[in-house]
Amino acid sequence: MTRGAETKQKTARRFVGRVTLVLAFFSLVAASLVARAVHLQVLDKDFLNQQADTRHLRTEEISAHRGTITDRNGEPLAISTPVDSVWANPKVFAPAVDSVPELAGILGVDPQMLMGRVTRSMDKEFLYLKRHLNPAQAQQVLALKLPGINVKREYRRYYPASEVTGHLVGFTNIDDEGQEGLELAFNHWLAGESGAKRVLKDRLGRSIENVESISPPHHGKDLQASIDLRLQYLAYRTLKSAIKSHDARSGSIVVLDVKTGEVLAMVNQPTYNPNDRSQFAAERYRNRAITDIFEPGSSIKPLVVAAALESGQYRPSSIVDTAPGYVTVGPKTIEDSRNLGRISLTTILARSSNVGVTMLAMNLQADQLWDTMTQFGLGSLTTSGFPGESAGMLTHFSHWQPISQATLAYGYGVSVTPLQLAQAYSAIGADGNMRPVSLVALDRPNDAERVITKDTAVAVRRMLEEVVRPGGTGTKASVDGYRIAGKTGTAWKFASGGYSQDKYISIFAGLAPASDPRLATVVVIDEPSGELYYGSDVAAPVFADVMSESLRLLAVPPDAMPARDAGSVMQARTIRTTSQ
Amino acid sequence: MPLTDTQRLLTPKAAPLSDFARLMRRMHIDGPLLGGLLLVSGFGLFILYSAVGESNRLLMNQVVRLSVAFAAMLIVAQMSPDFLRRWTPWGYLAGLLLLVLVLTWGEVGHGARRWLDLGIRFQPSEVMKLAVPMMAAWFLHDRHIPPRLGHLLIIAVMIVVPTVLIAQQPDLGTALLIAASGIIVVVLAGMSFRVMVGMGLLAVPGALLLWNFMKDYQKQRVLTLLDPDSDPLGAGYNIIQSKIAIGSGGLFGKGWTNGSQAHLEFLPERDTDFIFAVLGEEFGLFGVLTILALYMFVIGRGLYIAVQAHDTYSRLLAGSISLTFLVYVFVNTAMVTGLIPVVGVPLPLVSFGGTSMVTLMAGFGILMSIHSHRKLLPH
Repeated sequence: MTRGAETKQKTARRFVGRVTLVLAFFSLVAASLVARAVHLQVLDKDFLNQQADTRHLRTEEISAHRGTITDRNGEPLAISTPVDSVWANPKVFAPAVDSVPELAGILGVDPQMLMGRVTRSMDKEFLYLKRHLNPAQAQQVLALKLPGINVKREYRRYYPASEVTGHLVGFTNIDDEGQEGLELAFNHWLAGESGAKRVLKDRLGRSIENVESISPPHHGKDLQASIDLRLQYLAYRTLKSAIKSHDARSGSIVVLDVKTGEVLAMVNQPTYNPNDRSQFAAERYRNRAITDIFEPGSSIKPLVVAAALESGQYRPSSIVDTAPGYVTVGPKTIEDSRNLGRISLTTILARSSNVGVTMLAMNLQADQLWDTMTQFGLGSLTTSGFPGESAGMLTHFSHWQPISQATLAYGYGVSVTPLQLAQAYSAIGADGNMRPVSLVALDRPNDAERVITKDTAVAVRRMLEEVVRPGGTGTKASVDGYRIAGKTGTAWKFASGGYSQDKYISIFAGLAPASDPRLATVVVIDEPSGELYYGSDVAAPVFADVMSESLRLLAVPPDAMPARDAGSVMQARTIRTTSQ
Repeated sequence: MPLTDTQRLLTPKAAPLSDFARLMRRMHIDGPLLGGLLLVSGFGLFILYSAVGESNRLLMNQVVRLSVAFAAMLIVAQMSPDFLRRWTPWGYLAGLLLLVLVLTWGEVGHGARRWLDLGIRFQPSEVMKLAVPMMAAWFLHDRHIPPRLGHLLIIAVMIVVPTVLIAQQPDLGTALLIAASGIIVVVLAGMSFRVMVGMGLLAVPGALLLWNFMKDYQKQRVLTLLDPDSDPLGAGYNIIQSKIAIGSGGLFGKGWTNGSQAHLEFLPERDTDFIFAVLGEEFGLFGVLTILALYMFVIGRGLYIAVQAHDTYSRLLAGSISLTFLVYVFVNTAMVTGLIPVVGVPLPLVSFGGTSMVTLMAGFGILMSIHSHRKLLPH
């Protein structure tokens, strides 16, 4: 062997030694990696798994669907449509802030304003960028794949009948909570309860897939309102044209079902479109038929007459001497438009004699009169449950002066809502039984409470029919084919310092058909500013228009032979054509 | 040349070759090594498909790159070790020239000057990954083994110059790997333990010196390793997400393409540097052990080839290439599992990306060349 070969042999040996050394090192490295893998994947598995879950899994709210409001026949009045709200987690969104203009384009907002909102909220984790977007737009937003931008499913309320039912149905706010009307009164019934679900989210916070449902949403329950949309439209249209033609400030119509106490129609002017939030102003969205009070004027007289009959001192044919056409109570003189002389109770109503009714009232005990008025529902809330309802005003008899008792008789010093007045009339229509009013459709009528005897009720109705017959003040309220019982009213408005001499409220309250009343209707027109302002000229024709159509729509059998009284029919027709 | 006992001992008798084996040998292909590499890259493609979000286009990209790299391997395998050795100094000098060029002419990208465009775009540091160990092996080829201190100093210069040039780009990760490939040659050559211990002691002040040269982001990486939770949304983010991915995989993983960390985009760089975490999440400990076993097989075969080599140059070079590959695998997997700081080293043959893959496979080509150009003993 050469020396070189020896060296080479040594070299090779040494190399093997080195390789062994390296292999040991190599095994150490491999072992450390395996140990690390085992450490992470076996020992720390549960902790790291949970860490993974806290990153991917989130609990999300499932919005509950708000119940639908329908009329008594199932016509929709308020329905919920799905919309998407876009929100951002500004912290996560920050790196992608360059894409604000693009985002603003889809959202339809000003880029600078959006940028401002995002930058101001950098310390927050939730910021709505735009509420209630239609789902297609929301999809476009998601398609941008921006970090921290998310979409939340919500429901937006839509009101198909818009202005026509606006006051009654009310509206919800952007968070789907009832704010006015039935939406507020029955919020708990309608709202339902949000559910929750677990979702898988990616780093940008986008929901990738639903993992499981934690609790299902309890959708809101539907509400069937008592109103009949056909009657509601009719009342709306008629009132609107009357308000316009008389250039009146405001007005209300309430139609009650005498048999059940359900409100079949309730409209007011001015009104608003609940689908358009820019129209929201308290003056527009107040449901005046329930929230506003007025002095009923002569329309209260039937109640006073009923009290007189109940007292037993009077019969419909009893004669009261109203000569000389005025009567003095304390410091005040109460006048009729002319001296009516000796007249019956029927005539007192038919001619609307202030003197006559005052004398009746003065002959009654204060508590007796107060009692009857209270039983008719004056001065207390109805059972409508409507938010913001007014109870009206009826002073307790212990505080009465003689003059209070006198003015009460012809409707001053006492205030009612249109609904209260309709309710009182409905008791006369229901043979003296007063049924609690309801804004919700009823399966069976609520229990009634007797207010006056049947005889009294029937008698007052007969007397009220005379109001509408020729010679009465309410002839313009007559309707072809039906007997109408009703009473006009014209009240001076009380302004600061006293009663105004040129501002009136025109009222007509009535029942039809008089033989077996089905509908109790009150028409109130506030401040008609044309030449006509008496209830007999302004409110009565509106009443006739609403009633004639409503009775036919409800297929109420006529109780009067057509054209039995040619004169009144002619008159009614004329009025109808002029008022349109 | 007469054979020594050791060589007889180390060299298995050449068994009668089958036709297929003869063909492989004529083409200078090492069957086991090729098989191992194909298995690793096959498994790699599988993982990559999931990591790139099941994109066929990106997968095909990678297949093309792998094909080019395998082709490079086969071409290099045809060159004999003698040929390679003769050209080593020239290649090394050319590499140094390119490194100087890249520092003055190179394209700037991501704050670093790493790319050179001379007709084709490439990173000169890739050339050095092979040129440095080749140069060290060339220098030691006909010198006294184990190396003397003077020779060690010369080799140290050969290693330090390209390392510093690459660190200037800056590309600290590659610089350290290249230095490692050179040091491995010296260690394999039998550098005395005393020198090794001495170097180890020097490593302490060296590390402190290095700390001063490190950029802030590099310091941050080291600090992050020590306490990743100190900045969970910033510097520690990658490592936390990656540990969660791997750990939540458990024993058998969440299943292919079902990794939530990877597919919900929590895991950063999941198709490149952090692809090992995707593997860990979707295939669990089972998958991790499988890929490590495949890597170990390839490295083992490389070391076997080194032991079988007939001359010092071949032996040192083959050993260095195999062990450098081990370093790549270790650095990447240790980084992803949070054992060492984050360095931008891809998982060889699995991560998306092509430049380093060609160099890597060229290295395996050298191994094949070394093994297939031996003169086997007759019976």
